[in-house]
Amino acid sequence: MDFASFLIQTLNSLQYGLLLFLVASGLTLVFGIMGIINLAHGSFYMIGAYLAFVLASATGSLFMAILLGIPLALIFGALLEWALFSHLYKRDHLEQVLLTYGLILVFEELRSLLVGDEVHGVDIPAMFSGSIALTEVLNYPVYRLVISAVCIVLAVALYFVIQRTRLGMMIRAGNHDRTMVEALGININMIYRVVFALGVALAALAGMLASPISSVFPNMGSHVLIISFVIVVIGGIGSVWGALAAALIVGFADTFGKVLLPELSGMVVYLVMAGVLLWRPEGIFKKG
Amino acid sequence: MNAQLFLKLAAVAILACVPLTGESFYTELLAKTLVLAIFAMSLDLLVGFTGLVSFGHAAYFGVAAYAVAQLSPKYEAASLWVVLPASVGLSALVALVVGLFVLRTKGIYFIMVTLAFAQLAFFVFHDTPLGGGSDGIYLNVKPSAEIAGWVPFDLDNQTHLYYFILAMLIAVYAFLGRILQSPFGRVLVGIKSNEHRMQSMGYPTFWYKLAAFGLAGGLAGVAGFLYAVVFGFVTPELLSWHQSGNVLLMVILGGMGNLVGAIAGAFVFTGMQEVFATWSKHWQLIMGGVIVAAVLFLPGGLAAIPGRIKRSLQGGGSNE
Amino acid sequence: MSEMNNEALLVADKITRRFGGLVANQDVCVNLYRGKVHVLLGPNGAGKSTCINMLSGDLPPSDGKILLLGKDITGLTAAQRSQVGIGRSYQRTNIFPKFSVLENVRLAAQSRRQQPWRIFSKAMEQQWALEKARACIEEAGLGKKVDWVSGVLSHGEQRQLEIAMVLATDAQVMLLDEPLAGMGSDESAKMVEVLKRLKPTRAILLVEHDMDAVFAVADTITVMVNGQVLESGPPAQIKASVAVQQAYLGSEDSFHV
Repeated sequence: MDFASFLIQTLNSLQYGLLLFLVASGLTLVFGIMGIINLAHGSFYMIGAYLAFVLASATGSLFMAILLGIPLALIFGALLEWALFSHLYKRDHLEQVLLTYGLILVFEELRSLLVGDEVHGVDIPAMFSGSIALTEVLNYPVYRLVISAVCIVLAVALYFVIQRTRLGMMIRAGNHDRTMVEALGININMIYRVVFALGVALAALAGMLASPISSVFPNMGSHVLIISFVIVVIGGIGSVWGALAAALIVGFADTFGKVLLPELSGMVVYLVMAGVLLWRPEGIFKKG
Repeated sequence: MNAQLFLKLAAVAILACVPLTGESFYTELLAKTLVLAIFAMSLDLLVGFTGLVSFGHAAYFGVAAYAVAQLSPKYEAASLWVVLPASVGLSALVALVVGLFVLRTKGIYFIMVTLAFAQLAFFVFHDTPLGGGSDGIYLNVKPSAEIAGWVPFDLDNQTHLYYFILAMLIAVYAFLGRILQSPFGRVLVGIKSNEHRMQSMGYPTFWYKLAAFGLAGGLAGVAGFLYAVVFGFVTPELLSWHQSGNVLLMVILGGMGNLVGAIAGAFVFTGMQEVFATWSKHWQLIMGGVIVAAVLFLPGGLAAIPGRIKRSLQGGGSNE
Repeated sequence: MSEMNNEALLVADKITRRFGGLVANQDVCVNLYRGKVHVLLGPNGAGKSTCINMLSGDLPPSDGKILLLGKDITGLTAAQRSQVGIGRSYQRTNIFPKFSVLENVRLAAQSRRQQPWRIFSKAMEQQWALEKARACIEEAGLGKKVDWVSGVLSHGEQRQLEIAMVLATDAQVMLLDEPLAGMGSDESAKMVEVLKRLKPTRAILLVEHDMDAVFAVADTITVMVNGQVLESGPPAQIKASVAVQQAYLGSEDSFHV
């Protein structure tokens, strides 16, 4: 592999890893704070992508689609938490698995009813449709850099929310000691709703951002879901920074795996996870 | 003869009569259901009796199915007495190896990790020469039951195959029932109830769980083997997480920790699938809706319904 | 026999346990002798349960050694320690609530001869385990409740069940974490009788707050404060100790004398 293609693969790895982080961070927060295993989280990614497709077709611009899509995703998440997930907190994992598995079927079929089963493309916004020359022959698409930049901005924002704000303090406290938060008179139900809606919006945004690259297709959520599980397992449940590191590890393992070990391409990520399980079954970044 | 045994014998008798009707569609549907019932029982050993919620059980089902297809020569029949033990053994072996990894985790982690390993197995068959890609492979000739020139039954014959599957179902049921009464089975149930206490009483619970995981994998392999023989082809979809989810659904529908329940769960599931599918091409929407509603409004699952009715008939007096 | 009594069965040699920055146990030394009851005293949070958890293998020590008859067993898991003869009961009742009393104890007895490969034999036909279980249930004073579902027993009876389960594992060293907690005075008195009966043949470590019971059975008392041993010695010495008085007996958090 020469340097230019190495550089391209590195940029691709970063972009893929950061995008996965958006999905996995919500998943791990919902696991860590509410103790809920949510199989339907991948569906939010799928829903985001389809929202981007539908709204971009209607408005003619992915920008507009994202601007409209984020509040829609937030509202959708809050509604879902209110109607369904708030009933799951005291149930065992098996019932959570069951309900969220049922939800996947519902979401996929609704998608099929409303939008159909075809594969769709979404246009890259015109101002980002160009590419940057890395060498005389190799170019790198600007849009992928934009995705990475947006994800980095969001990761930094998430860091500030969690480390510096009152909401973040509650999230951190809830992460460690639920009863203490309640004893402080903080409305834990509100935190749960906000965190859940945030998780949905992040996953949906990831789907919207990815839609021009990956195109929009049925069942696109399930692969992302399982990869996000792998990320959460590697990073440790409830750890957002573990999820960030693990997402980058997965991004690099997957991207370089496809180049260096094409015959094992789908498996590399899982082999990495297997290695982590042998080494630290609680995840690399789980605090002792 | 007690009532329970009588009911079981009656059920077997009814199942045994089905091929006599000559309705080949229903015989095949029922054969498929019986295969799924074996699959569900194997998972129940983990979920219902040992307390291990595996979301990747389809992997062991699929490994055995692929093993039959790969071990059979292209244009002649393989020996049943070789392929069956080989594919079941392979499934058990894969489960044991995966078990070494996944049993290091607990709770939510265990659910996710079993799912991830099943996905790994999916990609093995999807991406490598082992699996023949997303189209799968055909099993052109079904295994032959010939023993030194004598052919006791013929799996190419639908009726024979049906009875063979029914016999396997009964054998697996009896086998599991026996195991659960053994000291080993009691330890598994103890682990489900209170693993920590089992450890402090001197049980190396990891190894017991691993044995259960391997055993369940092998029995899932029995189902996978039969599935491949019934349908004559295998695809990576057999290992997909939907397959894992569906079998878990059957176990839960039937009320976990109850072998007859697991069989009933397979029947209810296939029945719902068939009925909903006649209503609409989007039958999964109804299925999903039913699942969501069941969890929300029926904590404890369908299996808890008889108990609820009983309690309300007794005037709600008991508070168990 | 007296010579045997001189060799400690179980020795905790300067065991330490840290949780992050917090030191829950520091350089704790405890010697347990056959035929003796050793009581661990101390206010809540003094580190008594941490100490028991290290001895039973539920928690690995950060430092220090644990010896059984002179052999280092620090690296053994909880299950392995049970197999070498260390049994424990828990502060919070820890049984199999859906199983019958007999099945709880039978499982404990079965652990001594596991034979997991005999998957076609019936557990309920293993007479040796059933007999042993019945004997242990009797010894723990629960003979009348053999066939009861253990989850519906009274709190005191569940504590007795715990003792029966420890007995069924042939434990030579018994680590009992507050076996009298939450018991009425009748039940306590019964349990003290049980402990006295068990004492001659075993080494017992007892964590207990009930001072009447403690002084009724203790041969040695170790007082812990803030994760450290404050004083250790015969009951009379502990009663007379000024340090113990100051640190503990005089405080609000005192024993329920």
